[in-house]
Amino acid sequence: MKDKIINVLRFIGLGFFEPAVRLAAGEDVKKNLTALFQKVFFPIISIFLFMILWNVGAKKLYNVEKDFKIESARASKGEAGVTAELARIESGESTVNSLPAPKAVWSAFKNLLADHKAISVKKKAFKERVAKTNEKREAQGLAAITYTGRPSFVDQIKTSLWTVFCGFILALLLAVPIGMLLGLSETLRSSVNWLIQIFKPVSPVVWFLLVYMIVKTLTLSYDGDVSFIISFIAVGLCAMWATLVNTTLGVSSVDNDFINVAKVLNLSVGQKVFKIVLPSAFPLIFTGLRITVSVAWMVLIAIELLSQSPGLGTFVWEEFQNGANDSNAKIIAAMFVIGIIGFMLDRIMFSIQKLVTFTEQ
Amino acid sequence: MAHIELKNVSKSYGTGKDRVEILKNINLKIEEGEFVAIVGFSGSGKTTLIKMLAGLEFPDEGEVLYKGEPITGPSHERGLIFQNYSLLPWLNVRSNVGMAVKERFKDWSKDKLKKRVEDYVGMVGLSHAINKLPKALSGGMRQRVSVTRALSMSPDVILMDEPLSALDALTRGTLQDEILSIWGKDKRTALLITNDVDEGIYMADRIIPLRPGPKATLGPVFDVNIDRPRDKTALNSDDNFKKLRNSITAYLIKIGEERAKDITKEYHLPELKPILKSKLFQGTRV
Ligand SMILES: Nc1ncnc2c1ncn2[C@@H]1O[C@H](COP(=O)(O)OP(=O)(O)OP(=O)(O)O)[C@@H](O)[C@H]1O
Ligand SMILES: [Mg+2]
Repeated sequence: MKDKIINVLRFIGLGFFEPAVRLAAGEDVKKNLTALFQKVFFPIISIFLFMILWNVGAKKLYNVEKDFKIESARASKGEAGVTAELARIESGESTVNSLPAPKAVWSAFKNLLADHKAISVKKKAFKERVAKTNEKREAQGLAAITYTGRPSFVDQIKTSLWTVFCGFILALLLAVPIGMLLGLSETLRSSVNWLIQIFKPVSPVVWFLLVYMIVKTLTLSYDGDVSFIISFIAVGLCAMWATLVNTTLGVSSVDNDFINVAKVLNLSVGQKVFKIVLPSAFPLIFTGLRITVSVAWMVLIAIELLSQSPGLGTFVWEEFQNGANDSNAKIIAAMFVIGIIGFMLDRIMFSIQKLVTFTEQ
Repeated sequence: MAHIELKNVSKSYGTGKDRVEILKNINLKIEEGEFVAIVGFSGSGKTTLIKMLAGLEFPDEGEVLYKGEPITGPSHERGLIFQNYSLLPWLNVRSNVGMAVKERFKDWSKDKLKKRVEDYVGMVGLSHAINKLPKALSGGMRQRVSVTRALSMSPDVILMDEPLSALDALTRGTLQDEILSIWGKDKRTALLITNDVDEGIYMADRIIPLRPGPKATLGPVFDVNIDRPRDKTALNSDDNFKKLRNSITAYLIKIGEERAKDITKEYHLPELKPILKSKLFQGTRV
């Protein structure tokens, strides 16, 4: 039981909980207690410190902005202006839009979830309401009526994840086969090297614009969700380079010993590629894919923001434009959600990587 | 016609200033069914020599002939046991051996292939580890897999590059006998590279020292005139064996001293270029 839990934790890259499990099983108390302190206790302390620092900093910034407002009120309207301004700030009429404190972010987060629940209820009700009509419409060969209300925060997350997934698949399908071809042929490699070197450092924004130019023209007569297509293609193109370069490197630098084995066994070209070259390049390919996923998630926000395709990027941008009292808190809440999802995606890739690659020795 | 023949073979690595002549004017004839052992110092070019016979390297000058024809590449007829095992780390023992067997006997049924793999893995005493990955095996176990992978293809010529160097005396003895019995069964030809003179005498018909490089050449041939099957324990008290071992050892010591003298006399160190194994697998993990 204990070993099983530890193995699972290790596998998903959460090995730092290991001492806690061992301790719970009453194993080597002193050693595991030290490890626990090192791996769990100190990180928790550092989280606390971070929170305190954040809180203090946020208060300071809040006061700076508040004082400025009051002083400018004093300058224009005298003492009466100060009292009025204070009352306005109190009532939320005049917003002090500074860095929100942890507490505000937490309540904004809870609000977002509550909002999600409310919207889900609405959606369900809507569905029930139009169920009959939709049946009829379907019989007549018409498209079903769908809910067109505002998406909730959780819906935005789902959309973003879907965009990243599509972008990642696109990157995979482009980068791995092309990388293999480049890795196998030195001529090909040196002839397109300039292309890779030039396109690799191009910023996500420019990628987006490039994809926009092309896709917009190609989809002139298409009335589906073009902005989604543009954003996932842009995400894929931005993120594929790590995989492309790593696949090329992995395939082109297979250990000479393995090549000799293939020769001595007289393997056919196909066998050589799929049984020797590809497996030996797997560790590098997967490292590339892992980077690709993190890059995809990172550039997603910017690209969604530009493409106006729904998702976390749009959410953040709309909140920023909105400028309501809790907008900043919502943005920070979204930031943490983005970070945590990015971390989880990386853990997932890490586990898959471990599953499919071998380690020498 | 000799089964294998090297005619005035020279081989060098590198170009220009870095060019090093490893082997120079090697002449060797191995008849069909013969068992020849080559002994020599580390770095003298033994692996280079056997790679040319396997078809992995080609001579700069001279000819390497198999059945009178120049060798143009590797072939199933010449099986090579690699010095560094060269198992594929992502395949388990069964698949490592299975891959070779499947390539060799393309028209066999699945069951027949499976049986052959299991037989050969069993032969080197690794049935219990047949589903393990190489990383879970000890050095000696890996060496046994490497040996059985080559033998399972029943090559006409068995080329062995220090195949038993990582094994304990007991396993070593068993595998020596195993190799001898496979060699003897269908009158195969064998070339063994070894650093163990006793092993050479126990197994081979002839022992040929490779003199230290650069420009290594073959030394005089020592014929082993001891009847087969040979008995290890009896061999130790055999006068013939003792005399042979003494003269081979004496010869090796003599060329070793000459080399040492050469080095002190000229007193220039070779430009050392370590051959680093690919760092890829320990490499960048993000
Ligand atoms: N691919 C290569 N490129 C350049 N030099 C090489 C190459 N392979 C071997 N050498 C050099 O050739 C010389 C002979 O190498 P080789 O591997 O044949 O020696 P060896 O007799 O098998 O040694 P050992 O007993 O240690 O296995 C060494 O000095 C080595 O550095
Ligand atoms: Mg060698």
